[in-house]
Amino acid sequence: METEKEKELLQLKEVTIRFAGDSGDGMQLTGTQFSETTAWVGNDLNTLPDYPAEIRAPAGTIYGVSGFQLHFSSEDIHTPGDQPDVLVAMNPAALKKNLPELKKGGMIIVNSDSFDIKNLNLAHYESNPLEDGTLDGYQVYQVPISSLTANALEGVKLSPKEVSRAKNFFALGLMYWLFNRPIDNTVKWIHEKFAKNPEYIEGNEKALRAGYNFGEMTELFTARYTVEPAKLPKGTYRSISGNEATALGFLAASVKSGLPLFLGSYPITPASEIIQYLSTYKNFGVKTFQAEDEIAGITTAIGASFAGNLAITSTSGPGLALKTEAIGLAVMTELPLVIIDVQRGGPSTGLPTKTEQADLLQAVCGRNGEAPVAVVAAATPSDCFNMAIEASRIAIKYMTPVILLTDGYIANGSEPWKIPHVNELPDIPVKFRTEKEGFYPYLRDENLARPWAIPGTPGLEHRIGGLEKSDIYGNVSYDPDNHHKMITLRAKKIKNIENDIPLLEVEGESSGELLVVGWGGTYGAIKEAVNKARAQGYKVSQAHFRYLNPFPKNTEQVLKSFRKVLIPEINLGQLARLIKSEFLIDVQQFNVVRGLPLRVADIVDQIIKTLGGNNGK
Amino acid sequence: MANNVEVKEIKYTAKDFASDQEVRWCPGCGDYSILAQVQRTFPEIIDRPKENIVWVSGIGCSSRFPYYMNTYGFHGIHGRAPAIATGVKLANPNLSVWVASGDGDLLSIGGNHFIHACRKNIDLKILMFNNRIYGLTKGQYSPTSEKGKITKTTPYGSVDYPFNPPMLALGAEASFIARSIDRHPKHLQEMIRRAGLHKGTAFIEIFQNCNIFNDGAFSLLTEKDTKDDHVLELVHGQPMIFGKNKDKGIKLDGMTPMVVDLTTGKYSKDDLWVHDEFDPNPARTAILAMFDETPGFPTPIGVFRQITKETYDEGLFRQIEEVKKKKGEGDLEKILFSGNVWEVN
Repeated sequence: METEKEKELLQLKEVTIRFAGDSGDGMQLTGTQFSETTAWVGNDLNTLPDYPAEIRAPAGTIYGVSGFQLHFSSEDIHTPGDQPDVLVAMNPAALKKNLPELKKGGMIIVNSDSFDIKNLNLAHYESNPLEDGTLDGYQVYQVPISSLTANALEGVKLSPKEVSRAKNFFALGLMYWLFNRPIDNTVKWIHEKFAKNPEYIEGNEKALRAGYNFGEMTELFTARYTVEPAKLPKGTYRSISGNEATALGFLAASVKSGLPLFLGSYPITPASEIIQYLSTYKNFGVKTFQAEDEIAGITTAIGASFAGNLAITSTSGPGLALKTEAIGLAVMTELPLVIIDVQRGGPSTGLPTKTEQADLLQAVCGRNGEAPVAVVAAATPSDCFNMAIEASRIAIKYMTPVILLTDGYIANGSEPWKIPHVNELPDIPVKFRTEKEGFYPYLRDENLARPWAIPGTPGLEHRIGGLEKSDIYGNVSYDPDNHHKMITLRAKKIKNIENDIPLLEVEGESSGELLVVGWGGTYGAIKEAVNKARAQGYKVSQAHFRYLNPFPKNTEQVLKSFRKVLIPEINLGQLARLIKSEFLIDVQQFNVVRGLPLRVADIVDQIIKTLGGNNGK
Repeated sequence: MANNVEVKEIKYTAKDFASDQEVRWCPGCGDYSILAQVQRTFPEIIDRPKENIVWVSGIGCSSRFPYYMNTYGFHGIHGRAPAIATGVKLANPNLSVWVASGDGDLLSIGGNHFIHACRKNIDLKILMFNNRIYGLTKGQYSPTSEKGKITKTTPYGSVDYPFNPPMLALGAEASFIARSIDRHPKHLQEMIRRAGLHKGTAFIEIFQNCNIFNDGAFSLLTEKDTKDDHVLELVHGQPMIFGKNKDKGIKLDGMTPMVVDLTTGKYSKDDLWVHDEFDPNPARTAILAMFDETPGFPTPIGVFRQITKETYDEGLFRQIEEVKKKKGEGDLEKILFSGNVWEVN
């Protein structure tokens, strides 16, 4: 009897895998499970779910392809990877759509059962790419995933359709084997998720194990790969997505301020998960109000803020546009309010499921009248947690609306998060005005914030609203000089926040030839690009904005310490425009607006170009 | 929170509810009467210290109302008063939350918020001042202006059909629907009192004269020599009788209403439709609400409908308590460290 040959285990530093299939094939679930397990074994990782806006586009078509990319590494990483090393394609359309992105010589695992005439036609293949040389130069593994799954599930009480659906677990099992990951996490998840359907547990677990065992048994693969755990700082970790981190950040802000949390919101991709997550925290007293529209979302929050809750509203770009007038009302009434904009591709309905960072000017300027608000942006999925707390802190301390910008990429993407302990989080002090003596609604404290005097407080009855108010007294006023004064005061109040936020940090040398400046969710791509350029000997530093209005106090000094400034953005130059107008300095722009994160390689090219070839080495 | 309302002897007078702000409606405006009736009624119906009252409004003449009430007040943006008020109520259910709005504000730009407040049965009192015109923007037709109305934006007559506000509220299943008239102070006071005591969304349509842009819109209902023949005052448990000499009545023949003459001897009081505010079936209330649009029928005022059902705010806080009971008070540390966690040493 032949003993099974132990397959070679190859060490890799990092791998990028893309799972792609039909939107009904469960690719998001497969990707999420692989990520969870990968995080759990201690790799650093970064993910990019990429799915169509249609819930179920016709099966087999290119526009129905759903993908999930994850990049994992034994080192510190910051992006989901430019180009996958491995593509798992569940059908011809998934292959066709994703092949151009795959690394030359990369690995392709296809569900060969799906390469029939019908699916080839749907994907507009004139001949079978598995046979016609299209895939020459790649390592192609043809695995009849559908039939293997069906065989494995024989005898399980599931309909043929349900059996077919389990094939994503087969693929997942195979990938677990190939990349030397344990399956236990997913087995546990299957048992929890399908607790009420024993036959689903049986079917999915069998498919998962069958995939894993297939890797072990088949002669197809001669080697398997492993990526060692990353050297992360000591602590307790979990994998977290940006939207979940945002929700937890607000929950933490509620606990640390002692204020009940009120969220008025209207579902919109890619922000809906925030209200979904917060709706599960009712036992914290969290009040989530699914409003009739975006305007009701924000105006209920304004009402709740007036009455003394920590009030927030969550949305995406089109919703932020609808909330515009109400943000002006919150500016005028000087009430604390956080508006979360999970940016997506625009304009109009744009690309609902794709990422973009083109709402910056809308956030900073998009209102009638002089209506300054504080604007902050999260840089990574886990940073959403910090910035949600920061936005709440600033809103309460300065009695102002704060816009928190995240984006589809960091909202849906995930990364390992070193979990903070509650006692490490800053308290958010709240002062409700209660003394009658000397109370006026528009009296200001040292931060220029007016008193938060909430209904229910005896003797402080007052009226506020969107009409201009007289300084201090808060009565309706049409006095021209008063209007000028109030406009100036409100602007000054926001500007003063610069004294209360961290300075802009420079990563790398603090002066020199080139500074690459970004904001929000492009942090990882820029960081990796700057690191790569530096590794090639280029002298380049990075600075990243998480506070956009006001800018950190040292911004001008930082920018002026470099001969050149390069600003990559997923828009046509919105930060560049703000920087140019505020600091009167010239900047180079790099703008790619494809609904996807910036590619590291493109930023590296741009850095080299900006430096003029070898200049700066 | 809901249970710790401070109970104390409160003796207020109408004056206590008047703010120090000069009232700036046009002389002769119907709003003055509404303000006065609210201030007169409040000492009777406010069961809590007055710092627990909040008036919220949108934009329009009527929406200046909160400035004139010595309570907490919020003058919002156009149409959004019900939504702002909803947030106030949900933030603190101890508050008694009142909305002042106009026909344009509430039914046009704010139509969405109005129907959803009714649908959700949020404990708000909504007073809609209906003058069938846009006053603050100086005389354009409104969603309650009659078809054919000539205004600045409809010089050849409006081709719109108007909203029927009680029907709209009924369609959204509001739990309290009433109507009154600015020039019928006693009646208006009674409606405000009833709305104030109702738990849930209470909607009062108040016919209000705009003497500048739509003077006399309701003169048939307010002038001495015509009002008795054109107004039907609804009283629960009473047959529907109207007319100068109480000589006309409403009979319901199946689902068809008819105006009958009580002087011929053919019909008596006993044949008439007896008003039932608590009728859970909206069909008969709808028939009542359609009177205005039926030639020969009087315009009903009074409480059209009052039913009891859980309010949104009660539901929300009940659910929070239930989840707390089931899951225990929230523990942030536990939530943060939940899920698939791992240690790096």
